[in-house]
This record gives sequence, structure tokens and C-alpha cells, in this order.
Amino acid sequence: MEVASARQYEPVIGLEIHVQLATDTKMFCGCELSFGLDPNTRTCPVCLGHPGVLPVPNRRAIEFGLMIGLALGCEIAPRSIFHRKNYFYPDNPKAFQISQYDVPLCSGGELAGVRVHRAHLEEDAAKLVHAGESGRIHGAEASVVDFNRAGTPLVEIVTEPDIHSAAEAAEWARLLRETLRALGVSDVNMDEGSLRVDGNVSIRPAGEATLGVKTELKNMNSFRFLERGLDAEIARQEGILREGGQVEQETLHFDNRTGALSSLRSKEEAHDYRYFPEPDLVPIAPTEAMIEMARAAIPELPLARAERFERDHDLPADSARLLAFRGEQGDFFEAALAVSPSDPRTLANYVVNDVPPGSAATPEAVAKLVDLIGAGTVSRGAAKEVLEVLAAEGGDPEQIVADRGLGAAGGDELGAIVDQAIAENAGAVEKIREGKDQAIGAIVGAVMRQTKGRADGGEVQKLIRERIGA
Amino acid sequence: MTSELLSLTAAQAAERTRAGDLDPRELWDLYRERAGADDLGAYLWLPDDAPEMDASGPLGGVPLAVKDLFCVEDVPSTSGSRILEGYRPPYTATSVRKLVDAGAPMLGKTNMDEFAMGSSNENSGYGPVKNPWDESRVPGGSSGGSAAAVAAGLAPWAIGTDTGGSIRQPAALCGIVGLKPTYGAVSRYGMIAFASSLDQCGPLTRDVTDAALLFGQMTGRDPCDSTSLDYPADPRLPSAERLDGLRFGVPKELLDTEGIEPGVRAVFDTTVKRIEELGATVEEIALPHSGHGLAAYYVLAPAEASANLARYDGVRFGIRAEAPDLLSMYEETRAQGFGDEVKRRIMLGTYALSSGYYDAYYGQAQKVRTKIADDFRAAFERVDLIVTPTSPTTAFPLGARTGDPLAMYLSDVLAVPMSLAGIPAISIPGGLADGLPVGVQLAGPAFSEFEICDAAYALERAIGFGDLPWK
Ligand SMILES: [Zn+2]
Repeated sequence: MEVASARQYEPVIGLEIHVQLATDTKMFCGCELSFGLDPNTRTCPVCLGHPGVLPVPNRRAIEFGLMIGLALGCEIAPRSIFHRKNYFYPDNPKAFQISQYDVPLCSGGELAGVRVHRAHLEEDAAKLVHAGESGRIHGAEASVVDFNRAGTPLVEIVTEPDIHSAAEAAEWARLLRETLRALGVSDVNMDEGSLRVDGNVSIRPAGEATLGVKTELKNMNSFRFLERGLDAEIARQEGILREGGQVEQETLHFDNRTGALSSLRSKEEAHDYRYFPEPDLVPIAPTEAMIEMARAAIPELPLARAERFERDHDLPADSARLLAFRGEQGDFFEAALAVSPSDPRTLANYVVNDVPPGSAATPEAVAKLVDLIGAGTVSRGAAKEVLEVLAAEGGDPEQIVADRGLGAAGGDELGAIVDQAIAENAGAVEKIREGKDQAIGAIVGAVMRQTKGRADGGEVQKLIRERIGA
Repeated sequence: MTSELLSLTAAQAAERTRAGDLDPRELWDLYRERAGADDLGAYLWLPDDAPEMDASGPLGGVPLAVKDLFCVEDVPSTSGSRILEGYRPPYTATSVRKLVDAGAPMLGKTNMDEFAMGSSNENSGYGPVKNPWDESRVPGGSSGGSAAAVAAGLAPWAIGTDTGGSIRQPAALCGIVGLKPTYGAVSRYGMIAFASSLDQCGPLTRDVTDAALLFGQMTGRDPCDSTSLDYPADPRLPSAERLDGLRFGVPKELLDTEGIEPGVRAVFDTTVKRIEELGATVEEIALPHSGHGLAAYYVLAPAEASANLARYDGVRFGIRAEAPDLLSMYEETRAQGFGDEVKRRIMLGTYALSSGYYDAYYGQAQKVRTKIADDFRAAFERVDLIVTPTSPTTAFPLGARTGDPLAMYLSDVLAVPMSLAGIPAISIPGGLADGLPVGVQLAGPAFSEFEICDAAYALERAIGFGDLPWK
């Protein structure tokens, strides 16, 4: 008989991502976008929801929406419409949010095996600041509203529930962020809220096809917190099911500091948003030319770049991804590779591990260093030291090698050092002759210590074997 | 001199000021004094100082009364509601700005049904307006203040707004001309929204020429209103004397409406005879779905209103009730600020949009609306213009319908179908019934305002109404 506590559960996760678009102006008015400015300095009658005002859609936001949709492989609706989503809250100046409902701009895409249900345009809310200890509107001594953010263009991306672990969710969200960054449509800064990720989580007995009751998880403002929050919620749901309970449909708030989950609202408290078509706006009907322009504006995206690095330069999958998902380092790698195409793996390794973004090293210098290794002028060990100098101070690798005496040990110099090491490690020599080949390490180590790593390990082994005739 | 000035239509006055024969300041002073002595309740606000007078524009410096629904920078703009008491907008409505720029300085803000919801002006948060023909009767609504002001000679002309008859019906009840333009012909930016897909602003004037003159300066695409359109014709004043070759349709379903008073019917029948005498043909036409217009309207308009009026929450402007928490603040502010009819429509609209009821109410009403628009399209294949009475009744006594919302709603039964179809329609005085004015409505296809004005002008001359209560 199967015991409930021994049962394996499979998490089923879908993500909802809000992306603030990096347009010059707001979604439906001419106010400039801003972050960190004095409160209520970027407002007008439209984004304050004054009587009599009307929304006018931001063309650039629609273009960005098209780029996102096309980059995610979505269908673009020939006529998508805006709806009003009605709810009262002080951060919602019109008491309705203009969003898209049954006909979104983009639907049915896919990114790295996760299906994208839809991507639609909407406007952001204002920012509430609560005075008092609670930090929330309940129990606040006073609440004030900063409308600078109100009306900022957003694209909301909703995935299908195709993700099956918190780590996978965080990994996919990272890829999405890099994809959006490559598109140049958003600052994608989770700290500042220009990228916000909510999770829909349910669990089911492994192998079953039906979906469990899902909860919605909010306020995870970094990938680390996203993973932690999802893991906490998966564990909470497992605990409930193992004790024979039932998961309630609700919206949960994740506390970054304590890791605790608290209920924001239950199913009974869910809003009836009374969506209806926004009569102040006409449908968005992108022309072929607009769609083609948006398509042409899409650069090579991280996923494709990683595949290209793997395929064309024979990089291991993880370093290909590391480079491709950090656009700046990917660019550095490609610039260096153009100078020195001989050893992409070594180059990739250095770019990933040794020259952090913003270091003093130039792609040309790192490329030259790889060439010096290839020519046997610098050993791999010494190259690490050259990289440190390059990263900290910049400069020319050949000059650094010369100035610091880091040139590869070789010829008579190396021969003499090897002879000395053999003489000082008679025991090891004996063992090698008995067939215990790994004993050669002791002699190699001695040579490396003596040369301060300037010798090539392969070369040293070769010399040792020649001399002891093994 | 005064009575001679007063008897000039706005177009006549503008002609004189533009020619230098009349100082526009004289005109301003006359009307400002009359408006200041208003005892009909027509005005809600009057300026203390005279504006800069400039007679060079097409509107010649002839002062304009503006319905309180239009936002005007730094001028109280309440849409007839207590919830906006003290509110002075930070910007001016496009239509008002265009008219002021064209040379019509704002004479004052006129009374109206709260948020344009009403047909008698009795729903104003600031008291009713009396009909200058009989002060015991209503002026119609919602643009009752504008209509009464023009009819009583308290303004040379005025603008109002029409969502389901709110220009045409008060124009009819006050014996003046009211034009509701094609949806999209005039910018709605700065009009305090009632039902966004229906609201249009237009002129209320003494005659058809004034209406055409004022309308010609209001039109055009506004970058601030995505639903506005370039007007496809240049402005012109009407000049037709005959109606030869025009085909008029009388929609059977609307004329069969219950409750059309015999006096109204008699004036209408006489008007139809005049139309034929002027050389036009008149035939009966069918608008099969128009009978459902009022029902569809009373789902759609309240639904949109329920969202449009949600912003009056006490947070940013207007009145705010003191309350211990956010929800009570919302509830108390709205309970105190809104009148009964507005609350009724917010509830109606909220219900119609609620999950589980949307398809049956809002969705169904949208279908009816499409059918009605199709009916008109089909009708305009056969006829050039459609003619009906504007309102089933003449001005009714104050208080007569305040206890019976459905009776009140029926005041607009003949005006609502055109609003749902988004087409233009004018009301002109057809004559008197028991001493009270009766309006006749002419409707045409989208953007046919100047053709409608031409026909209305010829008919106006033939009718020779010319009466106004102060004459
Ligand atoms: Zn703004």
C-alpha cells in the first residue's frame, strides 16, 4: 500500500512577468518616464485620471510589444483591443487599468521549451508609500501616492504551466530577462521593478496529468528570491497534501527578509474586474510594414547566440550560455575571437572567469594572450597572472610578460631544473619505474614550484620521461 | 438699442462685429448683464472680468455659454455634480479652446443634469432649471441650462453634449436648434465623460445658421482623442431654399412609439406636409430594431458610466468625506457626492458588467446597437434624411417625472437610436402645441451635418418659427 508521505509530488509552475518598457514617454500620455525623481513631478491630467481626459496609445510601446511577441514566436493579432479592468485603489487613478483581455497583442509563443500563453500591453499603477509601522495600507498612519510611475507602459507575459521546479523557473526567467535586454525594450531591473515576476504554483502526484489547485505568488524581486519563494510554496503545498489537507486558491505575498508566505487575498476576496472594451481607444491593427520593422529590429537573441557559440566555436554548453546570457561578455568574447580565432575554448574560459565586465582588459589584449599561449611563449599557469594584471591595469600582454619575467621556462634552463628535481625525488623516480605512473606528479610539482608556474606541464612531463627513460 | 442687439442671431452679430459695425464689448456687456440676472437657474458660474475682445475670428467675438460638463482651466467645472464641488481643472477641453480661439469668448458655465444623466435638468446637484416658456416646466436635459439660456436670451449661443438626446431634447423643449454631430466629428477631450462611446458635443442656437457656423469651428481630428476624425468637408453656412430631389424617410417603428402626444404629432404631420411642399418626397421606412434602442442604451451608457465615474473616489480632487479607513472614505465620499440618478445608473452599469451577467446584458446590448446601426445604413440607401419628432412630449411640469425613472427615460426614445448609430441629427422648432415648443428631428448619414443643416434651414424658413419667450 502506498503511503501518502512517501508519494512523490511534481510542481507545476507558470510565470507572469511584468516588463516596464523603456519608451521615452508613458503608455497613454506624453509624460516622460522616470525613476527616482521627486514624487509627482512627471504627471499630467491624463495620468492623474482627471475628469474629461482621454488616453492616446504610445506607438513606440506598441512597436516594443510587437518585438517582444515576435522574439517569443507569438502570433500577432490583426486587431487587438484594450479593455478596462475596474477596481478601486489609490494607486489606480482612473479606478480602472487599461489592459488587454480577450484579444491580446501577442499569443501562443515559446521560449526554451516553455510555451508563452500571451503577451499584452497595459499601463502601470502609481506607487503608494505608507507611513507607520505596518508598511501596508492597513494600519498606516497616512498613505501618500507618487504618480510618476502611473501609466508607465507594461508588457505582461504569461507562460503556460510548463515549468517543474523552482530552479528551472529562475533559470527560464533569467533567459527571458536576457532576451528582453537584447531586444533593448526594457531596463529589466528587478530591484527597480522594471521586471517583476509572479509565479503560479500547484503540485500533483508525479506522473498524473491533472492540475492541482494553484496559488499565486507575488513580490519576488530577484531571481534568488523567485527560486526561494517558489521552493517555499512548493514545500508548503506538499506539507498540506501530506497531512491530507487541501490547497486553497489564494494570492500569497513572499517576504524577502523572513522567507515567510502570507495570504494577500483568498478566492472569495478575488475581484470581479468587470472587463469591458475601452471605448476611448480604437483597436490596434499593426500594418505589415510595422510588423516587418519590428522583426527587423530584433537582434540575435541569447538562446540563438548560445547555440551558435556551441556549434561554431565548439564551446561547452554552460560557457556558451554564460557568454550568451550576459550580452556584454558575449560581445567581448566575439571581439577577441575576431583577433584570435585559434582557441575559442581558452578564450571563452578567460572571458567567463577572469575578465569581469568593466575590467581594464581589452578584447585585443586577451586575444593576444591566447596567441602567446598557443605559441608556447607563455604557459597556462603564467597566463593567469598576466590576466590578473590585464584585468586590474590593462596593458599589453607581451609587455607584461617581459616586465615580470613570466616567459615560459624552456631549453637549457628548464632542462637543468628538471634534472635537479629528478635528483631530489629519487623515491618518486623509483615508483614510476615500478609502474606507479601517478608518482610523476611530485616531480612535476617540484619543477612548477621552481619555475613559479612558467613551465608548460606537458612539456615538463615529456622531459622527465625522456630523462628517466620511462 | 438693447432689444435690437438682443434680437440679432449670433451669426448676424458676428457679421457686424467683423465688419466693425458693432463693438463686441457691447455684446459681451449686454449678455453678461442678462446672464447675471438669470432667474431660471441656467448658469452655474459667470466670470467676474470681461475677456480680451477680438472680433477678427470667424465667430466675431460673440460670447458663448458652455455646459458645465466641459473642463476649462481654472474655472469651476463640476458636470453638475456635488462630488466635483470646488474642482477647477488644470486644462481646457479641445472644443472649448477651438471655439474661444475662433472668437467666441466663454460667457459662463451652464447648469445640467448631474454627469449628463437626465432629461429634465432636475438631476443637477445645484438645483433645477426652469423652462423660459413656462417656468413651472422643465427645460429638458441634460443640457437644460444651455438650452434655457439661449431660449431666454441669456446667451447668444451655447454648446452642450448629447449622449442619448441631451442636446436635441432640451433644444426641442425650449424652442431652439440643437445639433448632435457624428460620433468622432468633434473632439471629446475635456468633456467630463458620461458614456464614452456615445458622448458628442454640439451647438444649441437660435437658428440653423448659427448651429452650422458654430459646428464648423468645432470639428477636426484631435491628437488627444483617438476616436476623433478629420472632418471630410469644409465648413459652410446653409443656403437651401427648397428641398427638391431630396428623399425623406419617416420610420414607422419610431412614430408608432407609445406616448407621442397628439399636439406633438400634429406639429410633426404639418412639418411633413411642408417638407413635401418644398419639393421633397416623404416615404415610410423601417428601422426594425430601433424599438430596442432605449433598452440597449440603458445597458451600454450606464455600463460605461460605471467605469467613467469610478475616478470620483475622494483621493485626488473634488470632495472627500472624512472616514476611519479607505473603504469607508470611498463609500462616504460617493454616497455624499452623487445624486440618486447617478447612483442608480452606476448600480445598473456595474451589474450589467458583472461576471456572469456580461453576455446577457452588455454583450446583448452591443449586438442590438450593431443592428440599429445596420438599420440606419440600409435606410440611407433609400432616403437622404430621416425625420421624426425630437421628443414624444412638450416640456412637462417640474417634478412630474422625478418619481418615475422609466417615464423620464422615455423622453429620449426618439433620440437614442441615432446616438447608438453614431449619426448626426438636428432638432429644430416645428411649431407650438398648447403654447409650448415642439421639436422636429432630422437625421442623416455620418458626416452629413452640412447637408442636414441645408435641409433644416429650408424647413426653418418655411416654418417661420422665430418665436422666443422674451420676444
Ligand atoms: Zn501624464
